[in-house]
Amino acid sequence: MDDGVTSGSVDSSVSVGRSVLRLETREKLTGAAKYIADLSRPNMLHAAILGSPHAHARILGYDTTAARAVPGVHAVLTGADFPDGRMGAFVKDEPPIAQEKVRYIGEPVAVVAADDEATARRAAQLIDVEYEELPAVVTPEDALAENAALVHENLADYFMVYDAIRYGNVLSETTLSEGDVEKGFAEADIVVEGEFETPAQAHVAIEPCGALAEIDDAGRVTLWSANQSVFRVQANVCESLKLPMSKLRSLTPRIGGGFGNKMEAHVQPLVVQLAIVTRRPVKLILSREEDFETVRVRHPFKIRMRTGAKKDGTLVARDTEVILDGGAYGDDSPGVLGYSLLMSRGPYAIPHARAHGRLVYTNKIRSGAFRGFGNPQMQFAGETQIDEIATKLGIDPIEIRLRNALRGEGPWFLGQKLASNGFVECLERLRDDEGWMNRKAAAPKPGKKRGFGVAAGAHISGLLGTGAIVRLLEDGTVVLNTGAVDIGQGSDTVLAQICAEALKIPLDRVAVASPDTDGSPYNWGTTASRVTFTTGRSVALAAAEVETQVKALAADMLECAAEDLELRPGGFVGIKGVPDKQLPLFVVSLQAHWRRGGPIIGHHSWVFDRPAVDPKRAIATGMPFRQIGVYSFAAQAVEIEIDDVTGKTDVMKVWSAVDVGRAINPASVEGQMDGGFVQGLGFALTEEVVFDQGRIVNPSLMDYKVPTALDVPHAMKTIIVEAREPDGPFGAKGVGEIGLVPTPAAIANAIADAIKARLRRLPMTPERALDAMLPPEDVDAS
Amino acid sequence: MSDGIDIALTVNKTARSVTVPAGETLLETLRERLALTGAKRGCNQGVCGACTVSVDGMPVRGCLSLTANCAGAEIVTIEGMATDGMLGRIQAALEQTGAVQCGFCTSGMVIAAEALLRANPNPDAADVQAGISGNLCRCSGYRTIVDAVLLAAADGRD
Repeated sequence: MDDGVTSGSVDSSVSVGRSVLRLETREKLTGAAKYIADLSRPNMLHAAILGSPHAHARILGYDTTAARAVPGVHAVLTGADFPDGRMGAFVKDEPPIAQEKVRYIGEPVAVVAADDEATARRAAQLIDVEYEELPAVVTPEDALAENAALVHENLADYFMVYDAIRYGNVLSETTLSEGDVEKGFAEADIVVEGEFETPAQAHVAIEPCGALAEIDDAGRVTLWSANQSVFRVQANVCESLKLPMSKLRSLTPRIGGGFGNKMEAHVQPLVVQLAIVTRRPVKLILSREEDFETVRVRHPFKIRMRTGAKKDGTLVARDTEVILDGGAYGDDSPGVLGYSLLMSRGPYAIPHARAHGRLVYTNKIRSGAFRGFGNPQMQFAGETQIDEIATKLGIDPIEIRLRNALRGEGPWFLGQKLASNGFVECLERLRDDEGWMNRKAAAPKPGKKRGFGVAAGAHISGLLGTGAIVRLLEDGTVVLNTGAVDIGQGSDTVLAQICAEALKIPLDRVAVASPDTDGSPYNWGTTASRVTFTTGRSVALAAAEVETQVKALAADMLECAAEDLELRPGGFVGIKGVPDKQLPLFVVSLQAHWRRGGPIIGHHSWVFDRPAVDPKRAIATGMPFRQIGVYSFAAQAVEIEIDDVTGKTDVMKVWSAVDVGRAINPASVEGQMDGGFVQGLGFALTEEVVFDQGRIVNPSLMDYKVPTALDVPHAMKTIIVEAREPDGPFGAKGVGEIGLVPTPAAIANAIADAIKARLRRLPMTPERALDAMLPPEDVDAS
Repeated sequence: MSDGIDIALTVNKTARSVTVPAGETLLETLRERLALTGAKRGCNQGVCGACTVSVDGMPVRGCLSLTANCAGAEIVTIEGMATDGMLGRIQAALEQTGAVQCGFCTSGMVIAAEALLRANPNPDAADVQAGISGNLCRCSGYRTIVDAVLLAAADGRD
């Protein structure tokens, strides 16, 4: 794959490596930016949903008479009014709306379109649904019990995109191994073992999910929605509603954050069906409570892990066993299981490793993609155990990681070679940071215990189909079209920077087309930390094709060979070594449009195809993906203070070293690292979706605690390491998720340093910390 | 609308009159009747701060304020913070520190920060953190937002 996307001379860069202002900053600052809730169409109706009151029940019938009688109501649809298609990224198990059964509390069972939102909401509450309650399985333990009620009776009949091992309520079972783990433990001088538990975390993008659909006279639907991929929206709607994909055009407004929540479907199938039935535009915006109750959460994990080491700190074996609570539908869950197991060995050269996991259906809201994709949960366990070993052996926490770090080509667990690897440099730069070295200069505050913690991690960027189209307009400006949705992280700007750099033109000559399934090349989505790496690569190579076409035409015009030509900063093509022999790009483009050659359009598409598993060194069964991506690395350190009386943890300082290959936009890299850390801080200390018999008891921002500015230290330092990735655009790889991968473990390790006790359950609330601070005889077994 | 209440108020220096049901929130009036969609509905419970607008110089939750209580009030929304294409001081500082990410919290953050600086022209970082703690930024955002408010305060002293 290494075909020279990085060969551009970065020293003379016009855009790459600079913290240029986000392209859409001004419209966001003035309130002009339009998000899904801000859109409206002539004659538009407003929709509302009715959610299931039961975790598991058979639907016996509907009475919609009262709802239909409300003035202003135009349609009331139930499961009986929808096609019986099924959607899902890995397993096609999810209907567009509950049909025959409800599988979690809050699952939409009916939907209303009315003249205004208040009327729609009022009418929805007047729908009478008759249920026969079924036994509910609300925890993985319930679901795995003998004779447990089945969440999906027809699991074996569902179409799956990979060769899954599935039975009962187990949707997927995956096993990975390399080396001989029992032999490894036999060689170990010290073995640590523990059980770890992490909760459901809610994404809480400040923008709730919503969608707006409109149908034209020919029956073709245009759909705007809060999303992370216009193409996944199209696929999910069309699969669940049994529509040909050509009948649906999916577009995007600005997106108010995603974090995984908007990657797969939410309300899009509902509004499309309402638009088809009413023949009018229909908009549905979820309330915050509905967003908590009906979209998706981060997977709760139960992890049992053992790690063995030699006396000198060399890690020799790791064994990992996990159970993931998948909730009622498959969504991205099989991928999360497989990926988390692939991450279970961490960025270390542990010769003997085994990981086994089961993904279990339960009668709760579905779990799905959430920044980190199972990796933060796994590193919470893995990085805690490395810290325990370091403490027991009296080795510095950075030193033990350096001793075991994957170096050079690796390979990663299961055998993929690393083409770029800045992990050691991350650890060394963190170790040598002046602030970190002087961390104990000031004394902790009275009444507080202070602790320092270190953790590390790696994360991929990659996966699945991607493309780019670069068009040179008549005046020499450029339209870049990739189909990648900027969800607020800044990818439009980064991709424009890559395009401008490749063509050596000023950034303001590049316009970024809004993603559109009609006009954009396929893009799997803004997920898996992939846009900079996969889409950026396509942009660089599509721009290279533009360069080739420009040179071919310019060679004709300048009467020289194309090989003798070069692009010059400012939008020129000229003869190498002859400064005054050059043409502005617009002159070449005009020729192409009107005289010869035809309009200049560069295109590139690809899919990451390097296998994740080397069958000669590893065994993998039930693996949901064959290839995954390239690796970014991070090492993180925190200073915390924990209150002697309340047990409350405050994070005082953060240092993060991150290998991103090349920072196309350093300020955006810092933004991702800050943001990842803060979300990890919430996951570590305060955030938990609490269930009672399958019902979420805290579906509001009053009861679900997202970090505020007061909970986040102002002292956050990002150290950027650039181990160039040969396949990445100008050497870049992803940074979207890695910022929070080590965070819960870093904070947990700092707490352990402060209170000399380990917390193995998130969130590490004041109550749990106080329990751990009590003398051992007073602490219960948990 | 026959049972509506007639309310005259000033929005971004323009006199407006609306007829609203007693229970209509200021956020609904701004977004749906006056087409000012800069203030956002993030939680509709007064927690996230995305709907923050200025009422008679005070930052308030648009989602918790009833339009019927705003007769004669001077309302300023994000759409009124830039004049003749010139960004306000908080907006300009947020641009300078690169603090805008998804942008969904930005409108409320600008109004809250402006009120903070009016109340305390010389804040330190801790003051700013406290002053914007009622506005959630999930991106987050907070470090560069705090830097922006400190920058705006410093520019004001020049």
